[in-house]
Amino acid sequence: MTTRTSKVAALDVAAIKADFPILNQLPSNGRKPLVYLDSAASSQKPQSVIDAVDRFYAESNANIHRGVYHLSERATGLYEQARHIVADFINAADAREVIFTRNTTEAINLVAQAWGRANLKPGDIILVTEMEHHSNLVPWQLIAEQTGARIKAIPLTADHTLDIDAYHTLLAGQPKVVAVTHVSNSLGTISDVTAIARDAHTVGATVVIDAAQSAPHLPIDVQAIDADFLAFSGHKMLGPLGSGALYGKLALLEAMPPYMGGGGMIRKVTIERSTYADVPARFEAGTPAVADAVGLGAAVEYLQKIDPAAIQAHEKELVAYALERLREIAGLTTYGPSDLRQHSGVISFSLEGIHPHDVAALLDEENVAVRAGHHCNQPLMDRLGVVATTRASFYLYNTREDVDRLIEALLRARSVFGLA
Amino acid sequence: MDSLYKEIVLDHYKNPHNFGELDPADYTAEDSNPLCGDQVRMDLRVEDGIVSDVKFSGRGCAVSMASTSILTDMIKGQPLDEVLQITKDDLLDEIGIPVSPARMKCATLGLNVLKLSVALKEAHSHGD
Repeated sequence: MTTRTSKVAALDVAAIKADFPILNQLPSNGRKPLVYLDSAASSQKPQSVIDAVDRFYAESNANIHRGVYHLSERATGLYEQARHIVADFINAADAREVIFTRNTTEAINLVAQAWGRANLKPGDIILVTEMEHHSNLVPWQLIAEQTGARIKAIPLTADHTLDIDAYHTLLAGQPKVVAVTHVSNSLGTISDVTAIARDAHTVGATVVIDAAQSAPHLPIDVQAIDADFLAFSGHKMLGPLGSGALYGKLALLEAMPPYMGGGGMIRKVTIERSTYADVPARFEAGTPAVADAVGLGAAVEYLQKIDPAAIQAHEKELVAYALERLREIAGLTTYGPSDLRQHSGVISFSLEGIHPHDVAALLDEENVAVRAGHHCNQPLMDRLGVVATTRASFYLYNTREDVDRLIEALLRARSVFGLA
Repeated sequence: MDSLYKEIVLDHYKNPHNFGELDPADYTAEDSNPLCGDQVRMDLRVEDGIVSDVKFSGRGCAVSMASTSILTDMIKGQPLDEVLQITKDDLLDEIGIPVSPARMKCATLGLNVLKLSVALKEAHSHGD
């Protein structure tokens, strides 16, 4: 067990970077080498993940379940093995508690629709936060419209952290659901979801955690958090695009009606009605993205070979260095918590006199890839009083040199706009 | 790599031509690009079929502001029926800088607002 005082071995970033072919491509058209600072949107993939997907199609491809031939059994075995790997990664008590989805969005829609339809009544309160990604807000709006439930939001403090006092006040209204993001995709704010879940449970609320931005970076223990549901995207944590998962407590999943109907999720079908398969098959209608699930398993295995404390220390150091160097740039405002312990590897900022889209386009001219826009956080942008921000996000393969390239490109952007 | 931020774009962004509003105007419309929050309003006066005056206002990225400014120069003093024939490619030729697919919505926002202003008025006059 790593303790606060123990020395964490530094991450061998050069060796890690060597595992990611896209980061080692020779740039074309005289462009500079790629600096990828958009991992919060989707991470790059190591060779082992690319190989796992490739090998699946080359050696084991067949539709899963009920195939009585060898190849189908092998594909089914690999798919279910991936489920066990993911269950182990988040410390689920039972692999049946992991449902494969395309992404976090699909996972939350599944909870909102399947659990929500069975459990929400007119007037029930769904408690979210002001910094939710649209994926943990719009699905709740849809089910609220269908059931007559209402949505309320926990506000932020001036320091862009969750206002815990306001949360406690809102809990007095006995919300039926508390749906919160573990790490904000715009602000980088890390919330104490264990405490949030504990408090929510005292009023009997069901707790849904959006772990899209935390699962790639922080150890996730669904039992320690005591999450009722937890959603994350495989493609943000080195896995293939189109891979993601929903964790749900077995008793809750077993009591839930299906989300989508179709093949694979039934027990007995007549023209009039059907009975449904057990968990997790009940929630995986149709042919799943088998190769992508296998690829997600390979991504988890890649991450598990690295000390999570070393990943965290590396990302903290990059964020601290980036925040320090960003201060050199005139007219630049950063958003997010001042306490680095509550700050993940995401930095949103505005540059006075240059629209965020122009900032991102000018950085792209230097082959520095960042994201600009509302980051699927329109209510948060309103709260910050901006239409958009520019966002740089870091992962285990980023280096201090990447931060230096970001700073150089920002200085050039100011000079192109005559602001130097 | 060819920069999008050549002098023409930067000049029009910093010192937009025909910036402001016309009151009264014969044709008015505004639209926004929700992706990045660009917002453009355009007012036209037309006398004897000629665009006698045009102003635009709004806020947004350099590409949307500069392309709208360039567009107002293109249409001022021109017959309205010819103005309505201006295509996306005509405008891009005038800007003279390669616009990537990702920025096309920014570059064409002003042109869309221009056409919207006329379409709105026609829809209104046919409405009753």
